[in-house]
Amino acid sequence: MTSRFRSREFWTPAMATGAVLLIALILIAVLAPLTLKQAAEQLTPNAAQEPSAAHWLGTDDFGRDLLARALVATRLTLLMTGGAAAITVLAGVVIGLAIWLSGRRVREAALRVLETAVAYPSLIFALVIAAVLEPGVSSAVIAIGIAGIPGFARITANLASSISSSEYVVTARLLGVSPVRIALRHMLPNMAEPLLILSATVFALSLVEISALSFIGLGVQSPEYDFGRLLNDSLGALYTQPVEAVGPSIMIAITGLSVMLIGDALAAHADPRAKRRFFRRALQRNRTVAVPVGDAALVRVENLRISIPGRQELVKGISFAINPGEVVALVGESGSGKSLTAMAIAGLPSEDLAVEADGVRVGDMNMLAEPNQSRLAKEISIVYQDPGTTFNPSLRMGSQLTEVLRTHLGLGGAKARNLITEALAAVNITEPAKRLRQHPHELSGGMRQRAMIAASIVTSPTLIVADEPTTALDVTVQAEVLRQFRRIHREQGTAMLFISHDLGVVEALCDTVLVMKSGEIVERLTSGQLAARNVHHPYTKALLAAIPVLDLGRTPVVAGAETP
Amino acid sequence: MNPHTTLAVAEAAAATATYAAAVRQLNVSFGSAHVLKDVTLAVPAGRVVGLVGESGSGKSTLGKTLVGINRPTSGEVLIGNKDFTMVRGKARQQMRREVQYIPQDPYSSLSPRRTTGQTLAEALDPRGADPVKHGDAIAAALERVKLDPSAADKYPHEFSGGQRQRVAIARALMLEPKLVIADEITSALDVSVQADIIGLLQGMRGTVDSAMLFISHNLAVVQEVCDDVVVMFQGRIVEQGTIDAVYRDPQHDYTRKLLASVPGSPDFTLD
Amino acid sequence: MRRLGGLLLSFVVLVIVTFLIVPLIPGDPAAIAAGEGASPAQIATVRAELGLDLPLLTQFLNYASGVLRLDMGASFISGEAVSALIFTRFPFTAEIALLAIVLVLAVAVPLGMTMAILTRGGRSRWLDTGFNFVTSLVYSVPQYVVATLLVVVFAVTLRWFPAAGAATLNSMVLPTAALMLGPACVISRIVRRETAAVLEKDYIRTARGWRLSVLRTNARYVLPNLVTTTLTLSGLILAAQLGGAVVIETVFAWPGLGQGIVNAILQRDYPVIRGIILVLGLLATLIIILVDLILAIIDPRNLGGTTHDV
Repeated sequence: MTSRFRSREFWTPAMATGAVLLIALILIAVLAPLTLKQAAEQLTPNAAQEPSAAHWLGTDDFGRDLLARALVATRLTLLMTGGAAAITVLAGVVIGLAIWLSGRRVREAALRVLETAVAYPSLIFALVIAAVLEPGVSSAVIAIGIAGIPGFARITANLASSISSSEYVVTARLLGVSPVRIALRHMLPNMAEPLLILSATVFALSLVEISALSFIGLGVQSPEYDFGRLLNDSLGALYTQPVEAVGPSIMIAITGLSVMLIGDALAAHADPRAKRRFFRRALQRNRTVAVPVGDAALVRVENLRISIPGRQELVKGISFAINPGEVVALVGESGSGKSLTAMAIAGLPSEDLAVEADGVRVGDMNMLAEPNQSRLAKEISIVYQDPGTTFNPSLRMGSQLTEVLRTHLGLGGAKARNLITEALAAVNITEPAKRLRQHPHELSGGMRQRAMIAASIVTSPTLIVADEPTTALDVTVQAEVLRQFRRIHREQGTAMLFISHDLGVVEALCDTVLVMKSGEIVERLTSGQLAARNVHHPYTKALLAAIPVLDLGRTPVVAGAETP
Repeated sequence: MNPHTTLAVAEAAAATATYAAAVRQLNVSFGSAHVLKDVTLAVPAGRVVGLVGESGSGKSTLGKTLVGINRPTSGEVLIGNKDFTMVRGKARQQMRREVQYIPQDPYSSLSPRRTTGQTLAEALDPRGADPVKHGDAIAAALERVKLDPSAADKYPHEFSGGQRQRVAIARALMLEPKLVIADEITSALDVSVQADIIGLLQGMRGTVDSAMLFISHNLAVVQEVCDDVVVMFQGRIVEQGTIDAVYRDPQHDYTRKLLASVPGSPDFTLD
Repeated sequence: MRRLGGLLLSFVVLVIVTFLIVPLIPGDPAAIAAGEGASPAQIATVRAELGLDLPLLTQFLNYASGVLRLDMGASFISGEAVSALIFTRFPFTAEIALLAIVLVLAVAVPLGMTMAILTRGGRSRWLDTGFNFVTSLVYSVPQYVVATLLVVVFAVTLRWFPAAGAATLNSMVLPTAALMLGPACVISRIVRRETAAVLEKDYIRTARGWRLSVLRTNARYVLPNLVTTTLTLSGLILAAQLGGAVVIETVFAWPGLGQGIVNAILQRDYPVIRGIILVLGLLATLIIILVDLILAIIDPRNLGGTTHDV
């Protein structure tokens, strides 16, 4: 916690601005009533004056300095807002946790009631309470405080339920830790940060609502005054003395803004996405390159370097080539840079990375420039990991699978559907026409991945980039998907760049295996060398040793030997 | 595969009462989904039993039913020789502690705001969870999973995935339970880290009395770690036996298909 | 069915809560109804007339059956029937609230999406900071302050629009503007955050892999996936705007329900308070349920969920 306040990332401009404003407001709240009370409350004959050097915002009908009044009102406003926010947050957390702790039936009923209560505008809820209580400072605080409780309780209960399904809470429960202890020991500490951020919002809302109550005459009563009350006073003189509204308006805005800025900055700090730095990659001009005579390779990568700009080199100058029809594997553990390399070759590197090379080409397309999009779509197909999220959940499969055919090959809807139906049948998907009408969630994982493969071959690409395409699949489904890759390779002679962490998978499918570690290619093997365990680099040896080998009490069938 | 053999094995085991835990005619349903169908299984005391199957086979549900996260629709869950489903209140809490659970993801299984010492102390003493009072036991537990005693003062974010998984294993063994359920505990790890954990589990054999149900989809890992194996398919146990017997001479078609699908298996072919 | 249950539940809760207002107020409601300076005998007559001498449960049953017959009693002050008063005031509130809702969505959704796309992956930091600052500022200025400032600038100084009343179409401009500015900021922030989250999804990467144009990607892969969260949150925020209307109407002397309830509270006119709170609460619930229904209709997972086969 303490180190965080010293880090430069924490003090964004928004955070610094918010903090400075808030500290200034607190200082005003402490000092103004001590020094300016006289000017703010003493009746003088200088009534309804225009702004002047003596009275920066002029005076009201009783000759009181309006700026002084706005500054002095800060203390009461902040105290009231703080009080209301404290009521909301404390009671909300207690009720939210209590709901989570109670039995299933009570919990469900309570959540339904909260849901109904949350739908109800809290300001109107506060009006009801204000209508019951006598108008005044404490009833305004209580009304606004209570009005916010359902919302905060619901947020707490939601947070609690999401944390309660986390594995450390489940494990603690299995160890016999009592629910109350789980709440205090595991849940509260892990909820503290989001709750703190939300408390900033609660404070801002309470400020608005308390001032609103005073503004419509149901909150602070004369002779006491807060921002809302001052604004109410100004309403009567709006035509004759419009400047009267300026002081309280600005004070309310500054108070709300300071808290909002702090809340925003805290939320951004907790969200890793917000820390990302965009890096504008320098793209080369020429979209195509001249392929040297005698260079038969389909893909040539020369001295490829990928880095987080100014920080860390992730891929450290690698070179390799893929020949037409060759299946090349990039193998390595997490952090080896294998996926980064593949995506750079496919022309889709992550946007916060710098990609430099002496040359990266696929055919004659210069991947360091921005090649023609239609050519890219036709010639390079990509198959990703995790079939659960690779399709848009809102669109039907047919609409997505025919996307490239329609946008880049200019085919009509019917023709595209026919093509993709055939392709689905070819990868053994049953009832392909029906699948096209379904949404992604209606297909099994293996089916979705085969559909992705079908979509990747309909354009007859020269290169398929497959990034861990079988990692999320069951073994029998994995075997089926691998068979499809093998069949495509046999029938269409498509070159492939196959990314995997599993040497066993790679051994069965690939002609060439490149072993990567920490951004470097440490060893290049042919599939024959790998099958014979003819490896030299210590890392490759360690990797092979780490993979548990299935022993069925029989020796593997030697490659090339006849199979029964 | 003959389900009667399975039942016979379980009953024989039950008769001699040398099992750590067992389920008999267990059925679990979630709404209309019948996830476990008449599952009967015994985990012999002190043995490591692999539970293999693919997604949807019900292997994870079986593990969660054994620790009491899921409730059975019908059937018995026996811990020692008592039916877990019949026990209530304090005795249930006590029985719960006889079965411990290691979750898959080492990144979400440890509370981010608690030190290893506090996490382990909580296993020993759910009320106080005082790491100082239980310092010796914590040091011994860390030693068992080959972690430095200084690890007790560290928070989860200071550890690698493999080290976190070691802490989770140490926590599960803290109470020396009758049965430890390890739910895909190497699946989220890199192969070299997986190899470390496999080595650790192999090294602990003989020094730990707890039996283990090792749930995994990886048949090669199961072979490295386990004594026995149970194969599940669509909510049923289709085959079980010692590793050697099942791997060398699978009886059920599904077991054969499963074994043949593992890359590197002698029967594996892409053509 | 579940939604109908929700509506019923909140109706019951509202009837109970509005009923409790009168028994809970400090002092004697009959004395308030009878007016200042009424003699004890007069107060007793009023108490009997209003049924306030009956047991609490009987009072409640009378109140609840009255509500079902759309009879919510008469104003303590004017003697006008509460239901008639609500019927005259309701159209005014509905007018500006609906107009504000339509404008908010029309402004906030495109603005939020555009901002997310322009600032994705840490692009254009200054635009990001500027957007956050401006929306925070506008949002943290309460609607009645916005309203007051609008009056000062456009009615008092420039004299473009009337400052108060509901006589002409022109008079709708300022109240609607005051009502929509804050929500437009909040919802555009929500849309922006949701868009940023969708842009991180795997299927966006898939669309990039198919080299679809920016426009096509956003129209087909981003927009449909924003709808659920955006509408849900918007529903909640818009329901909360009914609260904002209360204050806005006071500033502009707009003869809607908001002004009605503020007057009623100041005059301790309890039958009117009860009636308006009941109506506003039902409206808020209806908005939420409407959003729920729309979502159920457009979400494919609700449509195709049952046709799943293996």
